[in-house]
Amino acid sequence: MHPVVKLVTQRLALGLILLIAVSALIFFGVAALPGDAAQAMLGQSATPESLANLREKMGLNEPILWRYGHWLLGFATGDLGVSLSNGQDIAKSVGQRLGNTIFLAFWAAVIAVPLAITLGLIAARYNGRWPDKLISGVTLATISLPEFVAGYIVMYVLAVKFHLFPSMSMVFPGMGIFERLNAIILPVIVLVMVVLAHMMRMTRAAILNVMESAYIETAELKGLSPINVIWKHAFPNAIAPVVNVVMLNLAYLVVGVVVVEVVFVYPGMGQFLVDHVTKRDMPVVQACGMIFAAVYIGLNILADVVSILANPRLRHPK
Amino acid sequence: MSVELNHLLKTAAKGLISRREFVGRAGALGVSAAMAGALLTTAAKAEEPKKGGILRAGMSGGESTNSLDPALAASEVPFTVNLLWGDTLVDVSENGEIVPRIAEEISSNADATEWKFKIRQGVKFHNGATVTPEDVVATLKRHTDEKSQSGALGIVKGIAEMSSDADSVTLKLVAGNADLPFLMADYHLIIQPNGGIDAPDAGIGAGPYKVVANEPGVRHTFEKFADHWDTTLGHADQVEILVINDNTARMAALQAGQVHMINKIDPKIIGLLKGAPGMSVESVAGRGHYVFIMHCDKAPFDNNDMRMALKLAINRQEMVDKILGGLGSVGNDFPINAAYPMFDDSIPQREYDPVKAKEYYDKTGHDGSPIVLQVANGAFPGAIEAAQLFQQSANAAGIPLEIKREPDDGYWSNVWNVAPFCASYWGGRPVQDQMYSTAYLSTADWNDTKFRDAGFDATLIAARAELDGGKRKAMYSELANTLRDTGGLILPMFNDFVAAKRDEVGGWFADPNGEMMNGRALAKCWLNA
Repeated sequence: MHPVVKLVTQRLALGLILLIAVSALIFFGVAALPGDAAQAMLGQSATPESLANLREKMGLNEPILWRYGHWLLGFATGDLGVSLSNGQDIAKSVGQRLGNTIFLAFWAAVIAVPLAITLGLIAARYNGRWPDKLISGVTLATISLPEFVAGYIVMYVLAVKFHLFPSMSMVFPGMGIFERLNAIILPVIVLVMVVLAHMMRMTRAAILNVMESAYIETAELKGLSPINVIWKHAFPNAIAPVVNVVMLNLAYLVVGVVVVEVVFVYPGMGQFLVDHVTKRDMPVVQACGMIFAAVYIGLNILADVVSILANPRLRHPK
Repeated sequence: MSVELNHLLKTAAKGLISRREFVGRAGALGVSAAMAGALLTTAAKAEEPKKGGILRAGMSGGESTNSLDPALAASEVPFTVNLLWGDTLVDVSENGEIVPRIAEEISSNADATEWKFKIRQGVKFHNGATVTPEDVVATLKRHTDEKSQSGALGIVKGIAEMSSDADSVTLKLVAGNADLPFLMADYHLIIQPNGGIDAPDAGIGAGPYKVVANEPGVRHTFEKFADHWDTTLGHADQVEILVINDNTARMAALQAGQVHMINKIDPKIIGLLKGAPGMSVESVAGRGHYVFIMHCDKAPFDNNDMRMALKLAINRQEMVDKILGGLGSVGNDFPINAAYPMFDDSIPQREYDPVKAKEYYDKTGHDGSPIVLQVANGAFPGAIEAAQLFQQSANAAGIPLEIKREPDDGYWSNVWNVAPFCASYWGGRPVQDQMYSTAYLSTADWNDTKFRDAGFDATLIAARAELDGGKRKAMYSELANTLRDTGGLILPMFNDFVAAKRDEVGGWFADPNGEMMNGRALAKCWLNA
């Protein structure tokens, strides 16, 4: 077997084991929260009879290990069950929300990733000079601003003051693509602001690191233009750390944007998860947890694989 | 009426000046605030409604876990949504009178144990079927079933027998209840085809709007139901509710004109809103109240002197000013205010009195160990700040109050009705009997102060069947006084329902029964282009 295939298979198997471990953590963690789903759903209106009825109906009286096994088996076969709180099919409702989240993450990434890498290259090219300082200063300022503050500022200026874009990013089925893009402009701006600095700084650092190498000096002595040196000789060797940080940020765009979603009323996974946590809707919480874990693990595996492929020493082992 | 006042009224009714501004200017013309409010309501109703357009509300209180099953409605968005697609037997007007809806006539026997509701002819469900008395009986029956988990279970429990004939429904009660029509106005009791037994969350009802899109926690859209019997409802062609739980986002949506009205204005920002052009704050005194509750059966609160000491150690006016931003009124340690019919306004207001509080406290011989008050902001907005104010005013009277912060998560299951002294919230009920029966009857499930008084129970049950208004009012006054002087309830304030709307919304009037014109703002208002 080719070592790369073997490595990739190994990574995938490890990822799967990790996912199962996470599933146990999620399931028993959720079960350990104070108060059960029946109590949380009825809230102030709980009476002993209605509680007993609801527990019976929701199968909360079964032993916990049995419930875990049952749930994991269902998950493996794509049956996420039905939501305890409103009886809707989880796979369907999560699917729609996940689609929205990925849509937002995708457009934020499409803008942020090339922009961050380009800015990183420019900053490396003019290391220590004013373009570097300007880029670093601005991106560090935007990352230091808490997301919700950035969100409110953007909303106040662009939506409330100048009425350029909608303040709310509500999207729904049946909306045209341009309508959708118009709706998500503000959260995309905020997300780009948040993830830009991390990727930009990493690109800059990785390239500067490579620039110390002897072969860069050779390239410069050959008379190549500085941008050409960076693009053709330094960047390919700096890809591994850049890909890692890009993947981390992509994962963040999928699983970590709950605050931005709330501020812009965007119907993504974050708000969905929070609602169901408050209602102790365990099947939904667990499904969301698993999806988030899978996204994280998957993107990290992808980053590993890309780093391996980008590294000739790993690609062609002796 | 003077010419100026008349002009002012017309301007206000069209929404060109705000209600608050109108009351202010009318005051300058020598009209009392209450009178001005009543005048404006009449004028708003007299104005010719405009038809058409899309009316949008941005609301907090919606979750992705919401269902269209009316039995399960527990927060603001489902409450409003259900009243758009559904309708109840009767409604309660802003003046506290019964308004016939699906029932067109109501009559009872002499001791209020048997009630007859004549069902309006030709009312259509959205699926084309006609509303029949059998549908009404099936609906009520569904809510009596424990399995439906209905929030109206406590209401329908009092019905012993239901029957229907060609054009009416007869309800025989377990015991006489003069308030039964008010109970039938409960928002859970939406009449559904065959009672909604087959598909409780189908969203098919007899309301003025048909459900188009139902995306819980995101948005709910509706289109006008052409066959709705009541032409005074449903002016816009389409209405939408957008769920915006974030306070700032909701405000921004109103300011940017993406929605026409919003609910739940944070008292902290009312000052900012007043200066904003194109919109007005609509505040109405309701029946909801923020409370601190003591269990009367647990030490040290089993001693009435201790309860009195704590009741005297709270500064009510300060709380209304600081916690509610002035949009509310002081409470008097019983859960009834002027928004209820048969309220006795002659009961003296309890004031903050640290000296007397200390006297009562010293009488208890309490060992000086801290009295723990458990709070979370989930109990009511600003609960922690309110508890801190309480702590300060109690400390000034020498009472060692200690605050224990609890997580919002699980507050209603782990703290409320469990802890002996905690913060809580009550939304109020349409009539006094229902409020007392829900939370202060010895046997009530939600007796969250563990208040047990045989004499109180007897008077409450006797008042229920008393058809003589004068006698009934005296009985309620007695109940109020008993609770005020011996109960476990510390009631510092009644909160107003505070909403805001853009000036192009016409037809808005104050309704103390619930927020957003008791959930019917979208059906009763219209858009002035």
